[in-house]
Amino acid sequence: MSDTRALLSVSELEAWYGESHILHGVTFDVRPGEVVTLLGRNGVGKTTTLKAIMGIIEKRTGSVRFEGKELIELPSDAIARRGIAFCPEERGIFASLDVKENLLLPLQVRPGGLDLDRIFELFPNLRERLGSQGTKLSGGEQQMLAIGRILRTGARLLLLDEPTEGLAPVIIEQIGRTIGTLKAQGFTILLVEQNFRFAATVADRYYVMEHGHVVDHFAAAELEANTEKLHDYLGV
Amino acid sequence: MFEIFGIPSQALFGQLLLGLINGSFYALLSLGLAVIFGMLNIINFAHGAQYMMGAFAAYLLLQHAGIGYWEALVVAPIVVGATGVLVERLLLKHLRKLDPLYGLLLTFGLAIVIEGLFRNSYGSSGLPYQVPESLRGGHNLGFMFLPNYRAWVIVLSLAVCLATWFAIERTRLGSYLRAATENPVLVRAFGINVPRMVTLTYGFGVGLAALAGVMAAPIYNVSPQMGSDLIIVVFAVVVIGGMGSIMGAILTGFTLGIVEGLTKVFFPEASNTVIFVIMAIVLLIRPAGFFGRTA
Repeated sequence: MSDTRALLSVSELEAWYGESHILHGVTFDVRPGEVVTLLGRNGVGKTTTLKAIMGIIEKRTGSVRFEGKELIELPSDAIARRGIAFCPEERGIFASLDVKENLLLPLQVRPGGLDLDRIFELFPNLRERLGSQGTKLSGGEQQMLAIGRILRTGARLLLLDEPTEGLAPVIIEQIGRTIGTLKAQGFTILLVEQNFRFAATVADRYYVMEHGHVVDHFAAAELEANTEKLHDYLGV
Repeated sequence: MFEIFGIPSQALFGQLLLGLINGSFYALLSLGLAVIFGMLNIINFAHGAQYMMGAFAAYLLLQHAGIGYWEALVVAPIVVGATGVLVERLLLKHLRKLDPLYGLLLTFGLAIVIEGLFRNSYGSSGLPYQVPESLRGGHNLGFMFLPNYRAWVIVLSLAVCLATWFAIERTRLGSYLRAATENPVLVRAFGINVPRMVTLTYGFGVGLAALAGVMAAPIYNVSPQMGSDLIIVVFAVVVIGGMGSIMGAILTGFTLGIVEGLTKVFFPEASNTVIFVIMAIVLLIRPAGFFGRTA
């Protein structure tokens, strides 16, 4: 499945949380400019996959290649500096930092990131709240801040972990539109989602995970034909 | 000469000044402890020994290299801070994933070893260190006599404390530090070299202790146990102020110095214990301390 055109290729990735073996050889790839979604029930290893790519989980083996270069031995700060940015499920907004400091925190790793004005075009709410304490924002605003701050870095690959979790439909729509805009601007996005109906509005391809493996794979166009199978995988 | 509450003004303001001086050292030392605790989650029991190393560095620089007080104010913290960097790289780094108790035990052991080494070489009687020429003498303020060097210690300590507060709370670098205190894993995933920041933070906290040591050298004798005498009180100050707040450490340090001084005037018998009594009360009423964050 290794694709020479891939921006990110993950192969036989295994990862451990302490003693528990979570990923048992995950293999997939993401091509430049794609939005790829990892689907699967709770606890199948989707978040762990993102964290293992990012080096946040240090106990890992296999191969993670980005722009053709191996990342598996690198610590997470070095991986970030290669041009991958991560938006965690819990959003990771810092309480001791105001909104502006939160926005400016991630290191600019390459030229070509969005400047603050462009970020405010995507998320106008943030401009009004620049001086507020990060965690005083609403859940939706925190999610916008969590996505907005990684757009500044110049990273071309964004790992987004459940960006719609716990948010109101109108905000989910806004985040969907944002992902569309980012894709149009040439960002590549690897998305983890429980919300399959949301994923269906933004993704080009899907990988389905079960028990720490990728068990299935299809393109957006094949979605209709696979609906029944998906319902089985996801238990909906 | 006039009296306040039946106390001669000279005695009252004299003790107030002494309290402010002690408070200056409490503030500098508890500030360093707070910075280190925030970043490393370690209670640095070697802090008193590192303060003592600062005083000795000033003494040795003068004896062996002819380097005077003003240069020592800069050189000693850098040299002692560098030993802190080594301690972090060689020892503390390996404890990062263990219970913070291990760090406490390690630094406690280090303090004993360092103190022992200095006592072995320099005895325990204490060595004199002159007040620098330009700060000798003092001013008669009418209600009290103010020695120049003591005024300088209070001003410098305040300035260093406020500068540190500003650097941490108001600058870009400080925002990295605050963020890494909250969630080091995520900050690292944002491309920032957190392990290096941890090392430098420890070095900086140790440097602050050494700076306090240099400032203390002309006031107290330079002796191997000068740190352990002081650090017990500083830990009480930290407990009262609460770990994790920079401004809290500064305010509590100065305030408790003054409280201690005033106690000497009004109820001298309690002056050695007043801080510990306050600590006991605070622990009962507000276990996280006045400015502390409950976990």
